[in-house]
Amino acid sequence: MSAFGKQPNPQLNSHGELQHLLTIEGLPREMLTRILDTAAPFSEVAEREVKKVPLLRGKSVFNLFFENSTRTRTTFEIAAKRLSADVINLNISTSSANKGETLLDTADNLAAMQADMFVVRHASSGAPHLLAQHLAATGRDHIHVVNAGDGRHAHPTQGLLDMYTIRHYKTDFTQLTIAIVGDVLHSRVARSQIHALTTLGVPEVRVIAPKTLLPTGIERLGVRVFNDMREGLRGVDVVMMLRLQNERMQGALLPSTQEYFKSYGLTPEKLSLAKPDAIVMHPGPMNRGVEIDSAVADGGQAVILPQVTFGIAVRMAVMAMLAGNS
Amino acid sequence: MKIHIKNGRLIDPASKTDEALDLFIAAGRIVGVGNTPAGFEANSVLDATGCIVCPGLVDLAARLREPGFEYRATLESEMAAAAAGGVTSLACPPDTDPVLDEPGLVEMLTHRARLPEFAHVHPVGALTMQLEGKALTEMAELSEAGCVAFGQANRAIVDTQVLLRAMMYAATFDFPVWLQAQDPFLARKGVAHDGEVAARLGLVGIPVAAETIALATILQLARETGARVHVTRISSAAGVEMIVAARAAGIPVTCDVAIHHLHLCEMDLGFFDAHARLDPPLRSQRDRDALRAGLASGAINALCSDHTPVDDDGKQMPFDEAEVGATGLELLLPLTLKWAREMKLPLATALARVTSDPARILGVKAGSLGLGAAADICVFDPVAEFKASRENLRSQGKNTPFLGYEFPGRVRYTLIDGHLAFDGTLS
Repeated sequence: MSAFGKQPNPQLNSHGELQHLLTIEGLPREMLTRILDTAAPFSEVAEREVKKVPLLRGKSVFNLFFENSTRTRTTFEIAAKRLSADVINLNISTSSANKGETLLDTADNLAAMQADMFVVRHASSGAPHLLAQHLAATGRDHIHVVNAGDGRHAHPTQGLLDMYTIRHYKTDFTQLTIAIVGDVLHSRVARSQIHALTTLGVPEVRVIAPKTLLPTGIERLGVRVFNDMREGLRGVDVVMMLRLQNERMQGALLPSTQEYFKSYGLTPEKLSLAKPDAIVMHPGPMNRGVEIDSAVADGGQAVILPQVTFGIAVRMAVMAMLAGNS
Repeated sequence: MKIHIKNGRLIDPASKTDEALDLFIAAGRIVGVGNTPAGFEANSVLDATGCIVCPGLVDLAARLREPGFEYRATLESEMAAAAAGGVTSLACPPDTDPVLDEPGLVEMLTHRARLPEFAHVHPVGALTMQLEGKALTEMAELSEAGCVAFGQANRAIVDTQVLLRAMMYAATFDFPVWLQAQDPFLARKGVAHDGEVAARLGLVGIPVAAETIALATILQLARETGARVHVTRISSAAGVEMIVAARAAGIPVTCDVAIHHLHLCEMDLGFFDAHARLDPPLRSQRDRDALRAGLASGAINALCSDHTPVDDDGKQMPFDEAEVGATGLELLLPLTLKWAREMKLPLATALARVTSDPARILGVKAGSLGLGAAADICVFDPVAEFKASRENLRSQGKNTPFLGYEFPGRVRYTLIDGHLAFDGTLS
């Protein structure tokens, strides 16, 4: 009945190509597959003695980090540099006042310096959408926006690198049962993973968490909800752990990290309920002894370090594709 | 000045009139309905052919942004918007800067608003000083200065004992108390309805329980104190049910809903559209449908614009940092008509919700076209389209989720006390 709010997908251009990468939601399966396919040869670049290709030579990539993250920023930086781009890092600490103004003002200034791509991390959900809309409204939509994590909303390159990792170890998405475990409520990673997995045809995506860490209506995203970790892990092919984001806790969500570990920490004993060949993933940084036992984190089923390596290839693929769609 | 409004279809919900009748005005009052009064010679004839002639709209919530927020809007800009929207009486919430908690401020506002082309302004005084929910305001003094009711805009009184006492004190003088039902703890940091869309967009949710719990408190205290309570901006199906049940139990509570909640729902947040950042949040489709039905049945007494002009800087922000509110004075009539058409309601019933019904809640003589009534009149073409565009909107706030949409229902004339405040044939 509602005729309002039906806007076209803001991350696709008029030819249906990827203009920005803001979220995985709404991207067709073929596009996700194409990104993963494009990433594969970039993995090999890292094996060479000269780890560079000239795809983004002469392009300026600005890493705009309104929220601190050494890890994600570094992987984006390496990815852009391996594509021969000029990379400028800006860590903009957010003052409580005029945060949004800072975002658009900063972007305007950098756009005037002939930026070609913005990699944005921001504490507010939707900030990269705002930036993309602003660039379009001011006739500068040749500048691409890559969301490097916005609030609780999305972290699409993390979601994509997770899919790359799963495909590397498990090949066929349509045969898998996958569990996402932990603080789904505050997690942009979880939302991107869910959209990616359901789009790629995974028949059963589970989320496992106490009720205080699950958003209302999460089942409408196509997931099966489990509050009991042992039940939720039974027979899964992939366990995707989430970081327990202590700094985001508003209080009164959990009694203690100890109790959390007891109920929702991934131990060898709980992992034994999954399929014997199940892989364990984590977006990092890990809280050992909170959401994951060191024996699992360092064990044979963990693919946490390969995730990091694949992350560079996937980010190279995204940036190369966006630059190619100018 | 004698005015003859001819050839119109006169709809006066208060007297249940809906027929082709001319209207005759002298000295700011209605002196003839249908029949020309003896010796009446018009100085001015307004042609209402193809138009509906109805009482000027009465809006229970319009922020004029004075004093304190003149960079967002001024009395002049918003009064021009009111006249263009056919609104001739409006209540303004106390959340100005400074807050309307002192008689002097209220007098200054009503004095500034006393121009012939300006709608009648009825300030809602602050229930507590600074709206802080701690100390009571001088309600009797504020009432003398012109306040028609006392409220908190959308700031809750956290301390229930203060709320009880504020309602007791207001009940002492039989002053109406206007309250928004939202539990401040359950709404903490929330920016959207706690449902599927907030989950998807990663926005902090405000559950329906924030409304129902606050409403339960308000209704219980209304029963205890006998205060005349009006609940502003109801947003949920459960909230409407509670109002209906309370009334059945003998609590004389009234409530209103805003145009946005009548037409939009959480889905309309789209891709973080900051124009849809509203308080209370847009809720589910089911809630929206219950609000539409509730307003039709009279369970909800009135429809208001909840007019809140915000400048572009306040909206060019990530959703959770963007300022709350939408401009609405000029959309109240078109969106009333749209709702009436979609619900297949008689126009007289629909117009009652924006004329005689809110006038009754305000306790002012407005919203009717009876003989001797003030000539506050809206003449509109129900077929001509009004486009909500930046150019067309006279309000300084161009912030509305309806931007770019066209609606049938364009005001031709607005009269305030018989003064032609808006002439749509000139634009």
